[in-house]
Amino acid sequence: MILDQQDLTALWVTLKLASISTLLLLVLGTPLAWWLARSRWRFKSVIEALIALPLILPPSVLGFYLLLALGPNGPIGRVVDFLGGPPLAFSFSGLVIGSVFYSLPFVVQPLQNGFSSLGRRPLEVAATLGASPLDQFFSVAIPMAKSSFITAGVLGFAHTLGEFGVVLMIGGNIPGSTQVASIAIYDHVETLEYAQAHALAGCLLLLSFVMLLVVYGANRRYSVATP
Amino acid sequence: MNSMKINVLVQRDDFTLEINTEIAPSGVTAVFGPSGSGKTTLLRSIAGLINNTQGSIRVNNVVWQNETEFLSTHRRGVGFVFQQPSLFEHLNVKKNIDFGLHRAKAPMSPKQIQLMLDLMGIQPLLNRMPWQLSGGEQQRVAIARTLVTNPNLLLLDEPLAALGDDQRASILTFFNQTFEQLSIPVIYVSHVKDEIARLANHLILLESGKIIGQGEIKEMFTSLDLPLAHALDAESVIETEVTDYDENFGLVRLNLAGISLHVASPPLTLGSHVRLQIFARDISIALEKPNNSSILNVIPVIIDSLKQQSKSQVNLRLLVGNSVILSRITRKSALQLNLKPGDSVYAQIKTAAICV
Repeated sequence: MILDQQDLTALWVTLKLASISTLLLLVLGTPLAWWLARSRWRFKSVIEALIALPLILPPSVLGFYLLLALGPNGPIGRVVDFLGGPPLAFSFSGLVIGSVFYSLPFVVQPLQNGFSSLGRRPLEVAATLGASPLDQFFSVAIPMAKSSFITAGVLGFAHTLGEFGVVLMIGGNIPGSTQVASIAIYDHVETLEYAQAHALAGCLLLLSFVMLLVVYGANRRYSVATP
Repeated sequence: MNSMKINVLVQRDDFTLEINTEIAPSGVTAVFGPSGSGKTTLLRSIAGLINNTQGSIRVNNVVWQNETEFLSTHRRGVGFVFQQPSLFEHLNVKKNIDFGLHRAKAPMSPKQIQLMLDLMGIQPLLNRMPWQLSGGEQQRVAIARTLVTNPNLLLLDEPLAALGDDQRASILTFFNQTFEQLSIPVIYVSHVKDEIARLANHLILLESGKIIGQGEIKEMFTSLDLPLAHALDAESVIETEVTDYDENFGLVRLNLAGISLHVASPPLTLGSHVRLQIFARDISIALEKPNNSSILNVIPVIIDSLKQQSKSQVNLRLLVGNSVILSRITRKSALQLNLKPGDSVYAQIKTAAICV
């Protein structure tokens, strides 16, 4: 086995981070995407631009602001401290918060597109068949946007896997707690441990490829199913 | 249903719908008008699918909508059939039908549902997905999905407009059989006069967002003050009863106010009611009963009114019993025969022109 204990831990932290972040993103992103898809609020584009920011912002910039916000004197850090929570900067919880911001567009945008492409008609039909708005959402909108959920989930997960700059800024590089695989690879390269870097990088490459395969496979299945 | 008062105002940039009317508590009320006249908007506001309407809708003294209240669509208990079938793509046919069934307060009984699914030929489709069905099959499922909920008002928005001729004919036949048995009011929006002539009991004529005429179908089709009687394919709708079948000649004999009419048709159930559509241009007028004519159907009528259609043509509104027949003849003939309201004359109807 080329991967040593620290590498395995880094992989485990990465997968845990990606799973928790994706779960949170789906829970928070779904209502947000639903609102964006249906709202006619005139300043909606401001929210859309804010959500899309992580797509183009250098991760170090995002990480820098998050570090300030999460730090003991930052707004989020103070609120959490006031509520008796643990310090967020350089902690796993801080990483989760950072990842949620960082991967937000990758989850919200596919969902928003999915909901928009449904149109109003299926929901109107459901309403005339006696379904309340909440019922319409759960029994029509979500199942009909299933492929968008798969895309959103996988993209959110995969994007969090590849996180580097943000993690370095707000998480540091604490093995077992905040050291993720991408940073461990960097460390190996810096210390010229190419074999270990290879192994870890190969793992991430394979994982990412398999997940994208799931996305495209799922989309193909759905597009064949609904010509 | 006892009463349904509709008073709605919908204002958009370039269009205003202003309706103030009462819908017949039973039977089929057709809403007819050119595209853009507001038919669909009216139907959608009755269903509560448009929320920027003003005005009030009261059904059986229950307020569906007024200045302060707005009952959501899912609480109105209306059935709505859209122009596009709009089946739920993620559910098979059976689950599509079950969707409304499970949410309905007083759905059809399982026995009624079986009968209807048989009648509509849906039984063999139950396990298919919507994308495996033809357009006509999809619309049949959509109609069944609505009917099983046993709505207290059935709204149909051009339900046959997206279909081919064959599919349209088979669904029309189903509507004919079904609407008669429904005890609830049906509002049927269409811009195809033929559908309305076959199905409707009452008619609301809409133009540019306003009602220009409303009443019984036989009156609306033949009123010389309304545009329908002046259309190129103006027609009258009369109700008759089957009395006889002449096997030798393949003719069905129908009773119209004590007078016999012959129609080329396969045998029909004796005593059943048949609605006839007769085009105005297929009826000519004679002052005396002709003896040597190829025209079988010659019936005594009284001229109710006449109105010039164009420089060359005149429309006549003729009464026979409770029925009204529209005839279109040349202005020259009308003058030569000196036709006036109140005259008793004979209407000659070409047998082949009657469609059952």
